[in-house]
This record gives sequence, C-alpha cells and structure tokens, in this order.
Amino acid sequence: MNGVLVPIQNCTVDMIRIKCPYCGERDHSEFTYGGDASIKYPALDASESEWTKAIFFRENIRGMQKETWHHTNGCRLWLEVERSTITHEIKSVKACHPQIEKITKNKS
Amino acid sequence: MTRFNAWNVFKNGFTGQKNWDRQWRDPEPKKEYDIIIIGGGLHGLATAYYLAKNHNKKNIAVLEKGWIGGGNAGRNTTIVRSNYMLPGNHEFYEHSLKLWENLSHDLNYNVMFSQRAHVSLYHSPGAKDGAARRYNIMRLHGTDAELWDLDTLKKNIPHLNYNDARFPIMGAAVQRRAGNARHDSTVWGYARAADSLGVDILQNCEVTGVKRSQNNIESLETSRGNIKAKKVGFAVAGHTSVLWQMAGLGNLPIESHKLQAFVTEAVKPLLDHVVVYGVGGAHFYISQSDKGSMVFGGDLDWYKSYAQRGNLPMVQDTAEAAMAIMPCLGRIRLLRHWAGVMDMSMDGSFFICKTPLSNLYLNAGWNYGGFKASPASGWYFADLIANEQPHKHVQNHNLERFEKGINIDERGAGPDPKLHG
Repeated sequence: MNGVLVPIQNCTVDMIRIKCPYCGERDHSEFTYGGDASIKYPALDASESEWTKAIFFRENIRGMQKETWHHTNGCRLWLEVERSTITHEIKSVKACHPQIEKITKNKS
Repeated sequence: MTRFNAWNVFKNGFTGQKNWDRQWRDPEPKKEYDIIIIGGGLHGLATAYYLAKNHNKKNIAVLEKGWIGGGNAGRNTTIVRSNYMLPGNHEFYEHSLKLWENLSHDLNYNVMFSQRAHVSLYHSPGAKDGAARRYNIMRLHGTDAELWDLDTLKKNIPHLNYNDARFPIMGAAVQRRAGNARHDSTVWGYARAADSLGVDILQNCEVTGVKRSQNNIESLETSRGNIKAKKVGFAVAGHTSVLWQMAGLGNLPIESHKLQAFVTEAVKPLLDHVVVYGVGGAHFYISQSDKGSMVFGGDLDWYKSYAQRGNLPMVQDTAEAAMAIMPCLGRIRLLRHWAGVMDMSMDGSFFICKTPLSNLYLNAGWNYGGFKASPASGWYFADLIANEQPHKHVQNHNLERFEKGINIDERGAGPDPKLHG
C-alpha cells in the first residue's frame, strides 16, 4: 500500500492537520466535519421563516469561515475551527463550549 | 458550420480533413443581450440551446469564466441514469434519459452515449427491500428497472468479489437503459449546436459584478466589459453562492463541497456495465471508458471546500472500496485524479426556479448528479426563462420548498448537505 501512496503524497493532495486543544495536532481523518459554526438558532417560538433560515440557509463562504469539527476518534470534543475554504489553511481552533475551553486552557 | 455526415467526411478526405469549420465562433461581446446565461458548462449551454431551439429565442449569450469543458463538465464520472423515486425527480430524470437517447442525432455530434446498464449491488436483505421499493416505483412510472439475483449477476459480471467480501454481494438493482456518455463530446456538442442557432459563447468572460436595481438585474460587469441583459440565468453550480452574494441576495440552501474522481491506465475490456457499490455497503461507482481506463469515484471529501483538489483519506477509502468488490484491480495504476466543486443542497435536490429578482432565474444545487441531468436541466430551465413559469415537473424545485416543508429528500438524510452524496 505504501508504494502506491508515496507518489500521491508528493503532489498537491493535502491532509488537513487540526490542533485539537486537548489532544494536540492530528490528521483531519480523526475528526468529523460538522458545519457552519456561525449559525445562531432563534428562540423556540420564533417564526417559521427565521427557523428556516437558521436550519436550511448558509452563507457558504469562499474564504475564511468558522466551522465545527468533532474529534470523533480522539477526545470527542466539538471544536470551532477557523479555516479557509480555498486553501484549507487553519487560523484558529478552540473548543466550542466555553466551559470546556477553560479546562483545555488550564491543561496547556 | 459544416454538418457531420458521411458525405462531408468523405469530401474533406480529399484535403486531409483540414478544412472543417471551427466548432463554434469566438465573438466579441455585444453591448446588450435579451438573455444571458452565466456558466458555460453542460447546464448553461444546454439551456441556451433549448432556448434557441424549443422557444425560438434570439440574442442569447453564454458567459464562461474559463474555457468550454474546463469546469465540472470535465470533472465528472459520466454516469447517466434515472433511478429516482420522488415526484418531480423521477419525471425529470426520466425525461433527461430520453433526451440522452437521441442526443447524438439532435446535436449532430456523437456524445458516445452507451446504454450499458447501471448495476447497483446490494449487500443485505434490508438493502434488497429498499432497492425493490425504489425500482418498483420506477416501474410504476414507466421506467425500466429490474432486480438481479446472485446467479444472474454472476453470469453478467463474473469477476466481482463473490467469495470473501466484507459486505457479501447478494444481487443487484439494475437499470438497463442507463449507462454513460462522453463528457467532452456532450459539452462540445451543446456548444456547437447552440452556436449554430446564433448563441454567442463568450469564453474567458468572468462575471465580476452585478449591477441591479431594487427588483431586477440591469447589467453584468465582466472581464470583457459591461453587458446589459433583459433576462439573466445563473447556471454555475459549485459557485452559485458566490454569484448569488455578488447580486446581493444573501444566503442559499447550498454548501460547496468537493468530490474526487479517478482514472487508471487503460486496460483490455474488463467491465461492460456501470457498477455501483452503494446499497447497504460503501459508496463507490466504476465503469470502463472507451479508451480502456477504469473511471471511478467515491464519497465527498466531507468538509466544505472550493479547492478543486481532493484529500488523501478519500483516495484511500475509494481504493479500499475498489478492492472490496473488484480485487482484480489490485495492481492497476492510477493515472489521474481530481476534485470538482459542487453545490450540495440541503435536501439533495436541485433548483430550477425564479428568484427574488424579476429577471433573474436560478439553476443550481446539482449535488452529485449534474452530468446525467444536463439535458433536462437545460430543457426545463429554458422553459422557465421563456414562459416565466416552472413546468409542473420542476414546480417544487424552488427555494421556498424548505419553509413549506416539502423538501425533496431522495435519501432521507435531513438538512446536512454533506450527507446527500
């Protein structure tokens, strides 16, 4: 298998590396992609049109966007990642939940 | 434009086949068009062709930011099928398949449509029941569909892994009229046929801005100057959101994801059908091109991206799937692989609809399945632009369906675009 993969690794195919605040830097194949992290759900009794916008409509940014990733095969934290959808470059990673973020900060 | 026929091939033989006309003109943009279609892919060109042919429209332009055949028209796995079951979808895709069946004659261009059968393997009794339900619904609507038991499958495709597959092959759901076509021929054929009906195909003409009033689009700023338009159609799947926001229209029920495809070195005839390992197993589809290359693909890369290049884990997953059902591929070498950016919509179905602007029409959200859809997509989008109201087969393929709760979710995967692959 290695013999097959080596030439491919040398071309432009990339593995995204995500710095999990709890586990350290890992391959993205350990994670599951969530989706747009900028979505704010409206109040439960908000109008149908507001809920439709939150659930179905996306900005679909071409550039730097905030998104969620789940460290499925690691610590299982949900992370908020700032990543470019053009180059896949990652600007920042933090735990989604503010309480968890405190714990991971203490750890480092 | 010289027609392709036996006489003309014979006649041009005297001059070494060197005196054929250009396939389509390279005109300068006019100041104003009646209809501008943005996107010179299969869908945009098909739309322009049917606008001219079915609706007798003149003064049409197709704007393409690159060159014809350089976008997703050259980045697909060329599979054509109509195994859809939901109202609207099955009529639409069946119409598309019927157009494919006569497309070479219609366009006077050989699109190499090959009805070699689409064979979806199933791997569990539950998957068989699911396939039987879907394929029975297809039969009820007059589309050909059948189930093959294991013996029939073994007789037709003897070299699948029937011995020790992780998900044992139990049979297959088959559509015999399905198959594949040549992607380049199709996009060139549509470009040539549209051009011969007077459509201006403007290559290297990227839309950089949209000038609009409150309710409509007035003109388009492009890399080849400002162009006015009475009606505008967007057909830029993959980058619909970018253009939509350029027009100041906000969000869409679409995310852009990338899908990889793979081509191997050419080998002797190995596979006569399109084989899909997808019902109750992994997700993998393979066919053999007329040149002999194995053409195959798998899942999305699973994260949102506009980069036209794929990632490694999916290369591995796809190779594993290939080995799981066709171990004979073990030593074949990969020649190329690439990724295309696609509009993944919130329910896995497309949009052919009006928009908040009175002279703007939307053709988008083709998910995995844009290639096979292109003839019908052009057909119904042209119909919408010409007649100002959607045909009944696409009347629910609009942006309002989510708020109304009439999502067209063929897979039942819910509002997460990456799950509709």
